[in-house]
Amino acid sequence: MTHRTLRRAGWNTLGLAVFAVMVFPVFWMISSAFKPTDELNSVTPTWFSGSPTLGHFRVALHTQYFWTDVKNSLIVVAATVAISVVLAFLAAIALAKYRFTGRKLFIVLVIGIQMLPAVGLLIPLYVLLAKYGQVNKLTGVILVYLTTALPFSVWTLRGFLLGIPKDLEEAAMVDGSTRFGAFVRILLPLVAPGLVATSVFTFITVWNEFVFANVLLSEPNQTITVWLANFTGGSIGGVDWGAVMAASTLIAIPVVIFFLLVQRRIAFGLTTGAVKA
Amino acid sequence: MVVVIAAVLGYPIYSLVRLSLQEYGLFQLVSHHGIYVGLQNFSSVLHDPIFWHTLLRTVVFTAANVGLTMVGGTLIALLLLRISTWVRVLLTTGLILVWSMPPVVGVQVWSWLTSSQNGVLNYILTELHIGNYFEHDWYATPFSQLAMSATLIVWGALPFVVITVYAALSQVPHELVEAAQIDGARSWRVFKDVTMPVIKPILLILTSLSILWDFGVFTQVYLLIGQGHITPDNYVMGVYVYEEGFALHDFGRGAAISLLMLVIVAAMSVVYVRKMVRIGEVE
Repeated sequence: MTHRTLRRAGWNTLGLAVFAVMVFPVFWMISSAFKPTDELNSVTPTWFSGSPTLGHFRVALHTQYFWTDVKNSLIVVAATVAISVVLAFLAAIALAKYRFTGRKLFIVLVIGIQMLPAVGLLIPLYVLLAKYGQVNKLTGVILVYLTTALPFSVWTLRGFLLGIPKDLEEAAMVDGSTRFGAFVRILLPLVAPGLVATSVFTFITVWNEFVFANVLLSEPNQTITVWLANFTGGSIGGVDWGAVMAASTLIAIPVVIFFLLVQRRIAFGLTTGAVKA
Repeated sequence: MVVVIAAVLGYPIYSLVRLSLQEYGLFQLVSHHGIYVGLQNFSSVLHDPIFWHTLLRTVVFTAANVGLTMVGGTLIALLLLRISTWVRVLLTTGLILVWSMPPVVGVQVWSWLTSSQNGVLNYILTELHIGNYFEHDWYATPFSQLAMSATLIVWGALPFVVITVYAALSQVPHELVEAAQIDGARSWRVFKDVTMPVIKPILLILTSLSILWDFGVFTQVYLLIGQGHITPDNYVMGVYVYEEGFALHDFGRGAAISLLMLVIVAAMSVVYVRKMVRIGEVE
């Protein structure tokens, strides 16, 4: 018995050690964001600040383009989420409910495109957008994000739709409901969790995206993620790490919140392809 | 609708193929017309030692990242089975927190942790008497630069693998494990003969997904090493495509490299896509 308890204690210690190592960078980000500059620049680091300050957050929030870029990010996120959810929903219905020629090719395309590294598609999309005068325009970036957001959304929503028995829809129609009525009253409520999950996932991917925004946009049309990548805290020569950590914390917060909402769905969506919860 | 979406997804690929056969620089970008040059871009790339060195480096880099992520992830998932509930909840919450960190935030945090001026990593290593790391520069050599990028990538990738493998492990029938233990099987045998067959499909999918993601990685490597310090000596494929195509404004050649890269990725993803399509066909 004692032997077992001892062993359990050993495993627990190891678990706590793994926890400490994994979470440390996040802890250090937050703790540094609140530390006065002299503590940050000390050779012996302090783990928790004795006199926490909000000064770094103030520096970050007052840096040029912070609010402009937050606004740009929100516009791009909102537009991409709205358009991709509608389009993906319709495509997912087609995939889940109807058989058509080229269905298999379409599935391969949807999964295949998702797997290709974004940086590989950077050049053709850039040239294409340049042709239509969409470089350094938010609309151009939204179009690009749609091509990356759609495959995942289609695939995930398809999984949701498959979980809904066809009889339900048919029963509603037999009872005198129109096809549209059946859609609104039966299908939509059942697939709502899927719509929420894909919307949040799209939100996170678009908010975090760096490669395309960096190439396609420049200030004052930049997104907040690229702003963060170029942010050094404004001090000349060195980097004001307190301000950089404060800005990092602020930019991570919306993602962390939304992520916690849908974490489960994302995990299963990626591995099984079909979300059949 | 399906046709529209297929066009949206398929057109960039078509456009990429066409560009790779053209001379397309800044002048062509303005005039919107490339000059057809046949396979010239490809022969130029394939005769460039930088391409082959970068490819080899990326393969090693990917293998290291995927190996660390998969082995580490599986071990942590197995650990989750053996710890008390409160530690498990704590560890899973921590992992989800890490998982949700945006990559660019991760880069900034890593830069600060590994900074040669007052970076906490150097302090900890020195305090633990692992060596004198006072003001040690982690970005002095290409190897060290890529090793740092690898730690950042693995750190970011572990949570997804751990949580997915843990979910798969919970599918392993408890009675089977106990029966095997009663029969005197040692833990390694139990893992190999009872646990492994159950979690093998998920490990396979996770490995191929990780290979695809790590092979095409750009953001972490490019930003952590820093734009000013990117040289052919620390190129990985993602960075190489970007530098050749954009920094040099040679879009045709960049497209040829992209296409080669995408073909390699596509070849590697056959396992994953086939598995996914099979799931799609069955339902």
